[in-house]
Amino acid sequence: MAESDNIVVETAEKIFADLADPQTINNDKKGSWQAPLWQALSEAGLPLSWVPDDLGGSGASLADGFALLNAAGRFAVAVPLAETMLAGWLLAQAKIASPEGEMTVLPASPKDRITLDADGALSGRARGVPFAKAAKHFAVLAHGKDGISIALVEASRGRIDSGLNLGYDHSDTVTLDKVQPVAVKPAKGFDQTTLMLMGGVARSLQIAGALEAMLDISVRYSNERVAFEKKISKFQAVQHNLARLAGESAAALAAATSAADAIANAKSFDDEVYLEAASAKIRCAEAAEKGGAIAHQVHGAIGFTSEHILHRFSLRALAWRDDFGSESHWAVELGKLVANRGADELWPLVASR
Amino acid sequence: MTAALRFDPIRLPEKCEQLRKEVRAFLAEEIAAGTFDPHKPNREDTDAPEFSRRVGAKGWLGMTWPKKYGGQERSFLERYVVTEEMRVANAPTRRFFVADRQSGPVLIKYAPEHIKMDILPRICRGEICFAIGMSEPNSGSDLFAAKTRATKTDGGYLINGTKIWTSSAHIADYMIAIFRTSQPTKENRRHGLTQFLVKMKQPGIRVNPIGQITGQYEFNEVVFTDFFVPDDHVLGEVDGAWKQATSELAYERSGPERFLETYYVLTELVRAVGPNPDTRSAEGIGRLVAQLHTMRRMSVSVAGMLQAGKEPVVEASIVKDIGTVWEQQLPHRVRDLAAFVEETATNRETLERQLDFAIKTAPKLTIQGGTTEVLRGIIARGLGLR
Repeated sequence: MAESDNIVVETAEKIFADLADPQTINNDKKGSWQAPLWQALSEAGLPLSWVPDDLGGSGASLADGFALLNAAGRFAVAVPLAETMLAGWLLAQAKIASPEGEMTVLPASPKDRITLDADGALSGRARGVPFAKAAKHFAVLAHGKDGISIALVEASRGRIDSGLNLGYDHSDTVTLDKVQPVAVKPAKGFDQTTLMLMGGVARSLQIAGALEAMLDISVRYSNERVAFEKKISKFQAVQHNLARLAGESAAALAAATSAADAIANAKSFDDEVYLEAASAKIRCAEAAEKGGAIAHQVHGAIGFTSEHILHRFSLRALAWRDDFGSESHWAVELGKLVANRGADELWPLVASR
Repeated sequence: MTAALRFDPIRLPEKCEQLRKEVRAFLAEEIAAGTFDPHKPNREDTDAPEFSRRVGAKGWLGMTWPKKYGGQERSFLERYVVTEEMRVANAPTRRFFVADRQSGPVLIKYAPEHIKMDILPRICRGEICFAIGMSEPNSGSDLFAAKTRATKTDGGYLINGTKIWTSSAHIADYMIAIFRTSQPTKENRRHGLTQFLVKMKQPGIRVNPIGQITGQYEFNEVVFTDFFVPDDHVLGEVDGAWKQATSELAYERSGPERFLETYYVLTELVRAVGPNPDTRSAEGIGRLVAQLHTMRRMSVSVAGMLQAGKEPVVEASIVKDIGTVWEQQLPHRVRDLAAFVEETATNRETLERQLDFAIKTAPKLTIQGGTTEVLRGIIARGLGLR
């Protein structure tokens, strides 16, 4: 997806180029870029891409939305675009209309659990919730005695203990204590794993985008920087490092876009989709580590400064590993699935698409 | 963006799944009949002429080639399915694999019509085996240092010199080789090599087996002494072999054989671990499966781009780089996890025997068909660094 091939992505890339230029943002210590960026994205209907028209969204396809997230990764966009998209998508699973403004989803980890009691009130704690502090509403997946429900909650009704992720974006702990939602509906057939896989694929696409950008700026830098009287791009050791970065970037892109394509065309979240989504999160997280390290190595000391834009990509890619289940979590779960299916069912699973 | 790498999420079309069932059924029959044991990748009889003919009879050799040459005019994606199923089953493909993957396509592109009509149908029937004559004692990755001479004589060329590390030369009926027809020029050191079709098993060719660290004899030294090759066996432009080599690499470098060579140890580990793995085993298996899945999606993507008429040379090199490094590390990672397998696991001995062989095989995987270093050079060029 190096080139935009749909109108949603084209629109988004234009907005990102105008209002989310990494260098401009990096120089702006006050965060005054945030409001105009969010406003432009909202006016273009992008945060509610995955919400059907009749529920207040712009009704884009899953595929277009995924491509948009990949583009957002290429700019290391640091407003709750992915989070609002996921929240809108989650609410739409229960036919709950999306409100205007920033949203995020809870829980954001497979380990946390929100419960719905008999009075229709929500309780529980969700850690590592991205952009909870910036959100006006939460889309909540809750466990009740009749199964899974999905709820819309005003953010002001929860307690927020703020924190920051590796990329200095908000990653907060949200505690709900018998909170009455704005709306709550049962979601038959839906489960927390599905939400985690969907969130994981969103993060995978963002990581893949960030790696594309890291490859791009690293190649460019190596063609400019002179050491030992030649461009460092002419040193074989540097070339081979960048070739490996290209490989990691390619692996992340392939894994993430494949998983997105699988979800966009799937009838249900079956074992094949599980393999795709879990693999994407695992492999993209590995690529974030390996690829990011090479990007920094190529840049030397300048890439370690807050003035340089590299960290906007490298640290976010590392931070995104943690959301919606880390690679360790998904590796264990995928390993259990594979072991449970048995040795002779491994290849049929891998070769299913 | 300086580097627009593309890996479109290509899906295998419906007709591939029917084909896959047919291939699996065929292989199951062959295994049941005792043709080969899928659990023994280290067997001696990797050359299986009768099996080769039966694969040919199924229409699975030269699948993508024109019908007039015995082909089926099917897609690269269908060929992909056949290749990966054979590989995963550890089927004895040695006799036909090289001819099907690269010798046939070279002949289709550069051989005169009467040679195509003679040889290609025999490849499709699984009757003949090909070798590739590239490396020489002083010319490995540096292909253009090749010295084996082809000297013009009446009606053809006389060949003198030595090829080495030539897989299957001892059983091959033909070799496609590069020989030096002129000296390189100052402007172009790649100039002066010509691609030839060589009929093996004739006087003037001596094949000396070379033992490998795995205990097998797969590659050879091939010595040519005043060996005559007729004019119509020249493939393509005299002195211009370098122009012909690059575009074929995408086919050669991105297939499932570039990451599945040691796959069998992963299957056997899953069997040994059983249905309820501990956390460490589950985590290890999960990571390996995620990496495998990603490799395959990349490889299928390149196959799809080839089918669409694109030339994804850089993407193909990336697949081979990542794929071969992965299949090289796989037996070691499986060994890490196998250390915790219960003593009572029924396939423990099979797993240990397989690991032994896979670990010995591993070093060659990042050397054969283009070393890691050469591949990274190609990727770097694609990134605009060279």
